[in-house]
Amino acid sequence: MNTAATTPNSAAKQSSGVPVIEMIGVSKWYTPEFQVLDSCSTSVQKGEVVVVCGPSGSGKSTLIKCVNALEPFQQGDIFVEGVKVNDRATDLPKLRSRIGMVFQNFELFPHLTIMENLTLAQRKVLKRGKDEADAKARKLLQRVGLSDQAPKYPGQLSGGQQQRVAIARALAMDPVAMLFDEPTSALDPEMVSEVLDVMVELAREGMTMMVVTHEMGFARKVADRVIFMDLGAIVEDVPTEDFFGSPRSERAQLFLSKILSH
Amino acid sequence: MFSNFDFQVIIDALPYLFLEGMVFTLKLTLLAALFGTILGTILALMRLSGVWPLPQIAGTYVNFVRSLPLLLVIFWFFFLVPFIAQKIVGSPRPIPIDPFLTALITFSLFEAAYFSEIMRAGIQSLPKGQVAAGYALGLSYPQVMRRIVLPQAFRNMLPVLLTQTIVLFQDTSLVYVLSLNDFLGIAGKIGQRDGRLTEMYLFVALVYFLISFAASQAVRRLQVHTAIIR
Ligand SMILES: Nc1ncnc2c1ncn2[C@@H]1O[C@H](COP(=O)(O)OP(=O)(O)O)[C@@H](O)[C@H]1O
Ligand SMILES: [Mg+2]
Repeated sequence: MNTAATTPNSAAKQSSGVPVIEMIGVSKWYTPEFQVLDSCSTSVQKGEVVVVCGPSGSGKSTLIKCVNALEPFQQGDIFVEGVKVNDRATDLPKLRSRIGMVFQNFELFPHLTIMENLTLAQRKVLKRGKDEADAKARKLLQRVGLSDQAPKYPGQLSGGQQQRVAIARALAMDPVAMLFDEPTSALDPEMVSEVLDVMVELAREGMTMMVVTHEMGFARKVADRVIFMDLGAIVEDVPTEDFFGSPRSERAQLFLSKILSH
Repeated sequence: MFSNFDFQVIIDALPYLFLEGMVFTLKLTLLAALFGTILGTILALMRLSGVWPLPQIAGTYVNFVRSLPLLLVIFWFFFLVPFIAQKIVGSPRPIPIDPFLTALITFSLFEAAYFSEIMRAGIQSLPKGQVAAGYALGLSYPQVMRRIVLPQAFRNMLPVLLTQTIVLFQDTSLVYVLSLNDFLGIAGKIGQRDGRLTEMYLFVALVYFLISFAASQAVRRLQVHTAIIR
């Protein structure tokens, strides 16, 4: 499916049906004076990989947390596969179970084994039986190269291993899309690539992904589009090669020059 | 003073002291700690729920209980509960309630206020991301609490909960004012009967000290142990 980040490819995706994620004019205030998101609109088609970047504090985490309603917002609408997130009638647990999320600090459950981390929500939310949940967990652990870690506790694993488990935990729910919030920025440098490799493979297999990251190598390799945020607003939302070729806004140019210089 | 110290009095009283008195004291301590923790956890969850008026109710209860002397609460309960039971059942006379049960209810309700503050601190000390990760997987609020938040809060706070239980163990001796047959109560009665209060009270102090000291040492070891696991 999605083998390379080419414009024709992403154009093809955009023409097909209901977007997996659609945001329309989303605004959010933490206090009446402090607006953290300013009319953000974008959409992510099935199989598309969108990288979100921008200076620290620009609202990237807040934006993707609005997608699965971890953060409420006051204006605008978000739809996930046509289901309105900000509708009181929406079954939020069900909606969230269809979107995988990977956090900067892994957030594995330290009191549960790796196996239990991967099976808890499968069993409690999807009501899978023990055998089915265990089998799924084993398959995914193998996929992220951690088959032998199942009986251990998160604290016994390295950061890179923990983040790969966190990805497997999200995938165990068979999500329609995956959200990543700076998945490699809490890692020691030597562990970054083992996590990025898993993400690249996921992208190539056609997973719909929205990834907050400053790993521009990853963006170039697999992103269809890059969103650049500043001061709570989406400043650029363009195909990847356009972003790296000639970002239109001065702020994005400045950001890129800073990030690519080290 | 110690020249005519009579050890025989203590030795003779040992079976009664321990089989009756200490059993009462330990039963009261452990059950009150158990119910206090359960009720305290519910109070802590109410307090953190943000759903009007639950935090207000729990907060008022906790602050009210914590500003009352325990001894006063014990007296109250002991003399009030029979009348309340009378009202409820509609009987012509106050209904005598089993003294152990009264003491258990009193201590459970009282300790719940303290345990709730411990559990609240335990819940609040967890990284916010743990709750977010639970919700992101599609777990509901009760599932997040039961499977993710409370087990961790409880585990992190276990040394504090146990330390509070040691304090409770000592506090249960207050029921002696109601002449119940707890460890201290029985020692007092025997000492009075035999005119050997000095021996009995010294012995009682030694036993309370040894048990409390051994228990706090055990808690300290547990603390080191859990610190390594984390
Ligand atoms: N719970 C909160 N209450 C108030 N302000 C917040 C809260 N969370 C984040 N912020 C502020 O909102 C802004 C955007 O935060 P965030 O979305 O985390 O940015 P980013 O992920 O791009 O670094 C920052 O200025 C941050 O300080
Ligand atoms: Mg962030």
